[in-house]
Amino acid sequence: MSEVLVEETKGLTGVARILLSRGSIMIYVLVAVLVYCILVVPRFASVRTTGFLLLDVIPILMIATPMTLVIISGEIDLSVASTAGLASAVMGVLWAGGMNIGLVMVICLVVGLVAGTVNGILVTVIGLPSLAVTIGTLALYRGLALVVIGDNAVANFPPALTRFTTSKIGTTGIPVVMIIVAVIVIIFGVLLHFTPFGRALFALGFSSEAAEFVGIKVNRAKLYLYVATGLISAMAGIFWTLRYSSARSDNASGLELAVIAGVLLGGVSIFGGKGSIPGVIAGVLLIGVINYALRLQRISDVVLIIVTGSLLIASVVGPSLFEWLRGLRHDRRVRRELARSEHASPTIQT
Amino acid sequence: MRSALGFLRFREVPVAAALIVLVLVTFLVNPQFLTAQGVKDLLLNSTILIILAAGQALVIITRNVDLSVGSMLGLTAYATGVLFARAPEIPIIAVFVICIVFGGLLGAVNGLLVSVAKVPALVITLGTLYIYRGLNNAWAGGKQYFAGDRPDAFGRLSVDTFLGVPIITLIALVILVLLAIYMAGARGGRDLYAIGSEPAAAELFGIPVTRRIFAVFVANGLLAGLAGVLYASRFNSVGATTGSALELDVVAAAVVGGVAIFGGSGTVVGAAIGAVLLTTITSSLTALRVDKFWQQAIVGVLILTAIIVDRIASIRTARKLRISEARHV
Repeated sequence: MSEVLVEETKGLTGVARILLSRGSIMIYVLVAVLVYCILVVPRFASVRTTGFLLLDVIPILMIATPMTLVIISGEIDLSVASTAGLASAVMGVLWAGGMNIGLVMVICLVVGLVAGTVNGILVTVIGLPSLAVTIGTLALYRGLALVVIGDNAVANFPPALTRFTTSKIGTTGIPVVMIIVAVIVIIFGVLLHFTPFGRALFALGFSSEAAEFVGIKVNRAKLYLYVATGLISAMAGIFWTLRYSSARSDNASGLELAVIAGVLLGGVSIFGGKGSIPGVIAGVLLIGVINYALRLQRISDVVLIIVTGSLLIASVVGPSLFEWLRGLRHDRRVRRELARSEHASPTIQT
Repeated sequence: MRSALGFLRFREVPVAAALIVLVLVTFLVNPQFLTAQGVKDLLLNSTILIILAAGQALVIITRNVDLSVGSMLGLTAYATGVLFARAPEIPIIAVFVICIVFGGLLGAVNGLLVSVAKVPALVITLGTLYIYRGLNNAWAGGKQYFAGDRPDAFGRLSVDTFLGVPIITLIALVILVLLAIYMAGARGGRDLYAIGSEPAAAELFGIPVTRRIFAVFVANGLLAGLAGVLYASRFNSVGATTGSALELDVVAAAVVGGVAIFGGSGTVVGAAIGAVLLTTITSSLTALRVDKFWQQAIVGVLILTAIIVDRIASIRTARKLRISEARHV
């Protein structure tokens, strides 16, 4: 029996721990799928692919980064897409009203900041469940976007700006905006993995109460996360508006589901306390790559959501199936050993 | 009995009161609002949401959630269209049975994944939301079936009335009453509250948690199937996007109706009142000539108000419990 126990408590350490973590596995899967697509899918290996694929995933990637931190801390934010939509609507109306575009974008970011703060206050100060709060603000912010811009669409954004949004770095096909995304990813990645604040978030996700006891300012940490998520969502809204050169009330609607699907596929536990930024990046890109490859095979977008759904379910059912099988094997071994010792004891007596 | 009344006072009365005030104010401003036709429209518009909200209430009470309802409704509504188009002579009752069973199967997939794989329902049903919608898109493509493709008798279900109440609304109300009785009195119903309050304790107490949760998802699927058939009867066209984004309204109706998002409390009747309130707001705003664009923002405010009220109620209950327990010591 003692042997079994020792085996169970032995965890992975050092390099092996990093190489075999859930995040790393997602990166291997992503690389494998990429290599497969490059070799097998016609027209996949091209500069156009990089451009279109990345432009499609940029808003998801942006929001997924702060969302990772929110989910790791044991909360959720469903209102991100509505915040992006609200920022987009405000941007359209102010620009159509003749305001300077720089000022317009600053105001949009402030709108995101306020939206995030409202979420944060409702969750931390009043102590409401974040799932319910953000379902409410999902409806509220989208509703405000409708109030702001109604049925109208604003399209005549400065061409220089819209061209910048879709411009590429040299001949690589990588959109220039990816630099901003990379900065966001690095900031949140460092924050989560290399600072005491980040460690506190993991602790929070495991047990809010325990985190409170060891001196983590739980509410303040959560409030910051919601504010950050609101801000980044507004940025995604601005990007969306400029990329499609259109400000409408329904911009980015439904994006929250794509973001959460990517984050969970990237190995973040919905219960909190587990996950990593590199894993999430790989998860979001994986969904993007598979969708793009299938689209090249002329499979329609609307059918492709089956892939996103299946990946999401597989990513959560897979590990628990694995756990179950391991538990089964462990049980059988224990039972066999018990049977052997029971079988042995009578022979001693005789 | 006193606790039962207290329960009512906190959870359903505010919603019901809000509904009554809303209807009265609208009526005073615009008397057209409560004509026989006006009432009939109100009932017709809320019927489908009532059924879905009642089903969702069952799920949420067990501390789960089913986001795939919109997609399940889409598939079953489209199935109704296909059945009538392929077999025009098919009895209407057979269509009901087939589509309800179809919905039950879709719900069973959710239930299996949630209860057997022990994965949070939020994630699983987010996945099946996508998968079912994708299947609907693959199946329907650009095709739509219109009311003309379906027999008149089927369409009349949502036109004919009995004592001023449309037939499909009567169906919804009968189901609602049965569910309410089951949840209030039957052992299975009470088990759901126990599971939602504390799953681990429910397990220790001997409640078959896995089986109950599976059953709840199947029940929700059956109800979504019924809602799908009624949707096909009520609305002109069914196609690939039928019922998209409906899950938000459904969860909102349940939450507004006092079903706590973390399970263990709330009733199907409350959820149904929530559903009526949400649909009535839309009609009221039109009748009050308020800009229709305000509607969704108001829904958002309602959800937030509902959860804040719920929070206050639970703080009060906790305090009362503390006092009464201190007295018994």
